[in-house]
Amino acid sequence: MLPDFVAAAVNGSDRTFSLYVHVPFCSSRCGYCDFNTYISPDLGPGASHESYADSAIKELEFAADAMEKSGVAAKPLHSVFFGGGTPTLLQATDLTRILQRAEQLFGIEDAAEITTEANPDSLSLDAVQRLADGGFNRISMGMQSSVSHVLQVLERTHNPDNVEIAAGWIRDSGLEMSLDLIFGTPGESIADWKRSLDAVLTLEPDHVSAYGLIVEDGTKLAAQIRRGVYPNTDPDDQADKYLLTERRLAAAGYRWYEISNWAYDPHDEGIHQSQHNLAYWRDQDWWGIGPGAHSHMAGLRWWNAKHPAAYASRVLANKSPAIGHEIPDSDARLLEKIMLGVRLAEGLDIEELAAQNKEAAALVQREAKVLGAQELIESSALENGKIVPTLKGRLLDDAITRRLAGF
Amino acid sequence: MSPVASNPPQPGSTHSSVIRNFCIVAHIDHGKSTLADRMLQSTKVVTPREMQNQFLDNMDIERERGITIKSQAVRMPWQVGNEDYILNMIDTPGHVDFAYEVSRSLAACEGAILLVDAAQGIEAQTLANLYMAMEHDLEIIPVLNKIDLPAAEPERYALEISNLIGIDPDDVLKVSGKTGEGVEELLDRVVRDVPAPSGDAEAPARAMIFDSIYDTYRGVITYVRMVDGKLEPRQGIQMMATGSTYELQESGIYSPDAIPSKGLGVGEVGYLITGVKDVAESKVGDTVTSKKQPAEAPIGGYREPQPMVFSGLYPIDGSDYPALREALEKLQLNDAALSYEPETSVALGFGFRVGFLGLLHLEIVRERLEREYNLDLISTAPNVIYNVTTEDGTVVRVTNPSEFPEGKITEVDEPMAMATVIVPSEFIGSVMELSQNKRGQLSGMDYLSEERVEIRYWIPLAEIVFDYFDLLKSRTKGYASLNWHRDGSQIADLVKVDILLQGDAVDAFSAITHRDHAYSYGVKMTSKLKELIPRQQFEVPIQAAIGSRIIARENIRAIRKDVLSKCYGGDISRKRKLLEKQKEGKKRMKMVGTVEVPQEAFIAALSTDTDT
Ligand SMILES: Nc1nc2c(ncn2[C@@H]2O[C@H](COP(=O)(O)OP(=O)(O)O)[C@@H](O)[C@H]2O)c(=O)[nH]1
Ligand SMILES: C[S@@+](CC[C@H](N)C(=O)[O-])C[C@H]1O[C@@H](n2cnc3c(N)ncnc32)[C@H](O)[C@@H]1O
Ligand code: SF4
Ligand SMILES: [Mg+2]
Repeated sequence: MLPDFVAAAVNGSDRTFSLYVHVPFCSSRCGYCDFNTYISPDLGPGASHESYADSAIKELEFAADAMEKSGVAAKPLHSVFFGGGTPTLLQATDLTRILQRAEQLFGIEDAAEITTEANPDSLSLDAVQRLADGGFNRISMGMQSSVSHVLQVLERTHNPDNVEIAAGWIRDSGLEMSLDLIFGTPGESIADWKRSLDAVLTLEPDHVSAYGLIVEDGTKLAAQIRRGVYPNTDPDDQADKYLLTERRLAAAGYRWYEISNWAYDPHDEGIHQSQHNLAYWRDQDWWGIGPGAHSHMAGLRWWNAKHPAAYASRVLANKSPAIGHEIPDSDARLLEKIMLGVRLAEGLDIEELAAQNKEAAALVQREAKVLGAQELIESSALENGKIVPTLKGRLLDDAITRRLAGF
Repeated sequence: MSPVASNPPQPGSTHSSVIRNFCIVAHIDHGKSTLADRMLQSTKVVTPREMQNQFLDNMDIERERGITIKSQAVRMPWQVGNEDYILNMIDTPGHVDFAYEVSRSLAACEGAILLVDAAQGIEAQTLANLYMAMEHDLEIIPVLNKIDLPAAEPERYALEISNLIGIDPDDVLKVSGKTGEGVEELLDRVVRDVPAPSGDAEAPARAMIFDSIYDTYRGVITYVRMVDGKLEPRQGIQMMATGSTYELQESGIYSPDAIPSKGLGVGEVGYLITGVKDVAESKVGDTVTSKKQPAEAPIGGYREPQPMVFSGLYPIDGSDYPALREALEKLQLNDAALSYEPETSVALGFGFRVGFLGLLHLEIVRERLEREYNLDLISTAPNVIYNVTTEDGTVVRVTNPSEFPEGKITEVDEPMAMATVIVPSEFIGSVMELSQNKRGQLSGMDYLSEERVEIRYWIPLAEIVFDYFDLLKSRTKGYASLNWHRDGSQIADLVKVDILLQGDAVDAFSAITHRDHAYSYGVKMTSKLKELIPRQQFEVPIQAAIGSRIIARENIRAIRKDVLSKCYGGDISRKRKLLEKQKEGKKRMKMVGTVEVPQEAFIAALSTDTDT
């Protein structure tokens, strides 16, 4: 059951409702990765490659039931995103089965974006076609780099050829394509990164995500760097590569709409932006299905049991898989609002913020002047009441957030 | 068979002819505490069951470090032939920082056991204390300890000792504090060789204070050696140096626990309780006399405690300042050598400039503040006292680089020390190179034996206080032992080096160094700080300067990337929590001008490391 305030805030509002489905399996773990994913194909009842779809479907049914019992009116899904892990390690029919059940339970908006993540070497022409036939309209592929030695350091299982072939299948099946990239890997030169960008452009994706490599605690990569196997990542190198990315992509008709995300949109029509990711950044509602998945509805955040076996045993026993929740207090909500808003090209709306907290909005106004003078945010946007980071500001976005949040 | 006194003389009515007052002089770890324990057992002052190892070291830190800071005295009965004797063993502090306290303890004795580890031989500290004991005309009883060790070479070191004090090697006693072998013979030797105290039983009372400690329940407990006359409870007494008077509430001896007595007579060693609340009113070296019938002159040798090393102590959390003040007040009750006054630093906020007898004293005080009072502290680089003469002839006493006068200076006078180093002769070269580099002047060298040599350097105290001993240890594979005492002063070409962040001097990092070392200090600090201070949104120049002249510089380049972007899915809380953690981290930053400097940077930059 959801607390009463959720129904009150959601019903009749223009808040959109999205669905995330986590698939916690990979064929091997990449050295840098700290996502909730597992190599074993069978982690117990309801938690194997074969049986996982049924567990996910059970949670979908649980979700629909909980919303109904809590008086939260069903809304058609604004976007659906299958992420991982490697969703495409499951049979395409399992993915489409989950999607169809979601449609039955909630409905799906007409123009909804329906994405699955895919690893280049986990796709086949047959699978791509089945996904397309089953209702998916977008594939986000983890390309990361087109340079072999970089892929090796990242311990990716695919090679550059896999990407090219898979991209052809995606195109031929009429799906939109997004490519994930990582820059700043130890040993990656500027020239290497240029080569990756060139390779991306020849594949003509509709959307590009490019992330500076983060060395997460507890990963194999972190241990390798500690032991001196690889040099640590260099923030200046990442800054150079980010600027290069912006320059190349912009010249080819891509527009940034979030710090790490670019949409192919040569005529500035606002097309190809990921609706699902925007839902997160715009603080909309979503239900996260699967182990470790996070959900958000009108200020209530909760998350599921992390291990697939623990998750599945709860779901199969008709219990909620959620093991924790928080209702961020007003300070935390404020910080979230600022933190999310200043990552976007559409910016943080000061008026909206004022509705949440007048004093905080006043502080933001004052600090914005300083940030404007430092050329970290766009002065023209500020005149329209929006905080939008400049190119320099995008690289210092966390500093902007801290400043606007008053610390 | 047992030579333990059956019916020993009582305190207050013991004839001085049966009293033997002695101490044990030894290098650290040569087994002084163990031997003392064994003596307490042999004389049945403690039963084996009561025996807590190293009975005499009773502060935690002492026990951990195995060094004695506060001295105590124990009264032990002992029989030789049919005569009952009283042995008073006075435990002396073992570290050079406490040389004055050592000298007062020695002055309370007529004899000293020179205790040498039979596997190590004589070390610098042994020598220093031995010379001091000889200056006090003490009867020296040479003893080799740890003869149970397979590595013991008693013959070889007996020869070393005999060369040193001019006795027959066969007269060197051989004992083991561990097995107890030779300990009873040693007690007999003490009775035979140590002279009985001389003193006038009829003269006005004179008692020399050789230690005083603060006890939470009893107030100050004063340890004394009766030199003349007698003191009894409830009589009026007077401290001759301070002039203050009290009523004597209690007198007694330790054996090993406190036992109140009817009084203390000539030659005896014991304690007095006077109602004094603060050890500063019961000063080591002062003479206690009768108020009614005061002595004409005090016992010689009294000196005010003299701090030689100064350091700023600052609470990491500024709100701990009152707690730090309270803790210092409490420590001072028990440590007359500790002095402090409030000080403020632009960089570190409110704190205290604290004076110490030496580096060990500093470390002990710091550790007690952190451990017993739960304070997190930053301490600034230790400083000695300089006398700086300015152009107009005024002399400024400088205990802190910030007091170093601006403008033209005619001369700087720095305190010197005589350092004695004992090392295996293969390390002579390393010791000389290091000592020269530290501006020392060779003043003498003597071979103790073919393999071991004593080297003496006249060397600036500041260098000793800084990192001389650490470097000495590392360059001699730990074999060198060092002792030093203050010895005059010299005019030297000293300058103040400031460290500037964005053009502003950070007071906590200023240092007074020799001009020849100023550059390396500047380079070391600027490069250290470059590593320690995180990049800011603007470029931060770090400079080292003498006056307005820049001698070294580094740049912290402006940060270009300060954003974490990864697809965390819907886990918004994770990202927010990262930011909240940064907010917490901000609280541990000190603003120096517009530059954010983490506390850790201060701590790390101010810690003396010897890896360079
Ligand atoms: N084998 C042996 N070890 C001893 C003897 N006397 C002391 N020790 C050890 O030497 C170390 C230092 O002894 P301690 O009495 O603390 O030395 P202090 O620093 O001079 O007080 C301790 O580990 C003792 O156990 C001895 O006679 N024989
Ligand atoms: C949910 S993940 C994984 C999707 C898919 N399994 C794959 O690896 O292709 C989505 C993207 O996050 C990025 N990513 C994962 N770990 C990262 C890290 N440590 N630093 C930066 N980006 C990372 C990668 O670009 C990855 O494609
Ligand atoms: S394939 Fe993706 S989710 Fe799986 S381990 Fe690699 S980066 Fe992580
Ligand atoms: Mg000891």
